[in-house]
Amino acid sequence: MRRLRFLIQKEFIQIFRNKALLPMMTLLPIIQLIILSNAASNEVKDVRIAVVDHDQSELSRALSNKIVANDRFSLLAAPFNKKEALDLMQLDEVDIVLEVPHDFEKQLYRGEAPQLQTLVNAINGQQATVGSGYLNGIIGSLNKEIRRSEPLFFSGLPKHNEPVVVTSNNWYNPELDYPHFMAPGILAELTALLTIVLTAMNTVREREIGTIEQINVTPIKKWEFILGKLVPFLCLGLVLLTVGLIASKLIFDIPIRGNIGLIFAYAVVNLICVLGFGLLISNFAETQQQAIFVAFFFVLIFVLMCGLFTPIDSMPKWAQYATIPNPLAHFISVSRKVLLKGSGLADIKMEFVYTIILALLFNAAAVWSYKKQE
Amino acid sequence: MKAISIQNISKWYKDTKALDHISLEVGRGQLFGLIGPDGAGKSTLFRILTTLLLADEGEAFVDGLHIEKDYREIRKRVGYMPGRFSLYQDLSVEENLSFFATIFGTTIAENYDLIKDIYVQIEPFKKRLAGKLSGGMKQKLALSCALIHKPSVLFLDEPTTGVDAVSRKEFWDMLKSLKEKNIAILVSTPYMDEATLCDKIALIQEGKILKIDEPEAMMAQFERPLFAVKTNSTYQLLKHLRVQSFTHSVLPFGECLHLVTTEALSPESIQEQLRSQGFIDVEVSKIRAGIEDVFLDLSHKAGNHA
Repeated sequence: MRRLRFLIQKEFIQIFRNKALLPMMTLLPIIQLIILSNAASNEVKDVRIAVVDHDQSELSRALSNKIVANDRFSLLAAPFNKKEALDLMQLDEVDIVLEVPHDFEKQLYRGEAPQLQTLVNAINGQQATVGSGYLNGIIGSLNKEIRRSEPLFFSGLPKHNEPVVVTSNNWYNPELDYPHFMAPGILAELTALLTIVLTAMNTVREREIGTIEQINVTPIKKWEFILGKLVPFLCLGLVLLTVGLIASKLIFDIPIRGNIGLIFAYAVVNLICVLGFGLLISNFAETQQQAIFVAFFFVLIFVLMCGLFTPIDSMPKWAQYATIPNPLAHFISVSRKVLLKGSGLADIKMEFVYTIILALLFNAAAVWSYKKQE
Repeated sequence: MKAISIQNISKWYKDTKALDHISLEVGRGQLFGLIGPDGAGKSTLFRILTTLLLADEGEAFVDGLHIEKDYREIRKRVGYMPGRFSLYQDLSVEENLSFFATIFGTTIAENYDLIKDIYVQIEPFKKRLAGKLSGGMKQKLALSCALIHKPSVLFLDEPTTGVDAVSRKEFWDMLKSLKEKNIAILVSTPYMDEATLCDKIALIQEGKILKIDEPEAMMAQFERPLFAVKTNSTYQLLKHLRVQSFTHSVLPFGECLHLVTTEALSPESIQEQLRSQGFIDVEVSKIRAGIEDVFLDLSHKAGNHA
């Protein structure tokens, strides 16, 4: 036990003596948290639209006015033929072309269902889906308004024409505040990411400098060596998480609805898991360069498939299964659930189970693959 | 029981044979030198004996323990100083020493008398980071760390490479005093002049042992007459001597040539012969063979066999 304590103590001395490491563990995450939480937003703020109005009626003008009145849309052009509008889209001047057909007004009052066409530039998928969603909302509300303003006229029409009223409320994040949604996720991502990279580099560094050669000719046991690396970096990761949580609370005023202790309890398990993964990488790398490359390969996959930027539910089935061995996905899920939703242990038990299994696998592999002899 | 006993150890790295049936023995309290140029296989042998590398063939015992079966026990009993400085450069002198002491389950105080003579020289700098020490001091620290757990066998892989002449001498003096404490020391060096400081040496080249003996005996066994020839135009003289009938071998040694002749000649007669060939400014003297002469002679022979 005394040997292990000394290994850990040695690692801490080295960490505190490393001038780049501490700022890296505190300042960088805060900067990233601020930048990413604000920038990585799914909100579409400015949709450029062209309206091709073949009808030129009172109703079609009312529609145009309603679109312009919405501050998410800016009406860029109102050409008279469709070709002109499509040219604009080709030049990437507009995102959506709305085509109002002839007799739009007439058909509506006749009780028929007139067809409006929207052409969406899907190069930017986000802009396209969200933008056309907004547009549909506007058209729908216009529809309702007409019925309300002329009830007598429409009362004669069949009942099924009555529009179904859907009201929606955003639970857990009522104001759809993106930083509230992003910050907990990014916090989890940063904690896991930095610890993977740092541990992956650490053991390889000992190999590069040659100190491992000396260590290997000592009675140190494998698990002592691995644990001696794991414990200090686990502490670092927890410090990082604390700093990040405080920063997100102060800067974004993120809600902390659940038990903060639960977050930390889960973080310990998750960090042990990713640390084991980092150590595993470093056991197979000869140089720090190799370690960083391999670590980046996995980190990229972990980050892009963790549900931070694209929801896991909208991935293909196989990709959804592929997120099970991704410790980051569980961490993000837990941090969102506990912070935003106030989930308790029972709600996140699957994440706990998966992460514990992964932690055992990675660490067993790390101990096994650490060879003191060639 | 010998401190180190190596029997027919061989090791390949892919297709190259790094060690070719090496056998040797080192007694307790013996300072044994492994002398050979870079790439001779010295470090490979060290890594096998310190249980870092597995041999492909043969057996070896360190302190009576089998290097494969009892590797755990061996790691507790040997001190190893790798050829490359392998201590933590970002830890101070004192931290390094107490780290290695703790790892071996001991303390600095417990074995202080063993390292005292060496450690007092670096003690004034004990707060300094190991990476900021000079080459000589690094070696002293590394030796202290290798000794702190009172090993019975000490492996020193090229401890004096890249160290200044004064520190080198000090280092060898330290080894002598350690030997008196009944620690067996296996030391490797590419410097032939250090061979005479050992009790026994093995000359090694291309993974093969050329000869094992005491350095004095090895030099005494050099049978052929040896001359040092000194001149201004060394290169011309070398070319000239190479084709002479009395020449067995001639090789440049610093500022003079070492000439081995096939028959007994007097320095004067060689000088005469050379003068008549136009080498006016020539000095010839009969000399005693050094380890380097022995090594070159043996490696020359080994080369002819191949």
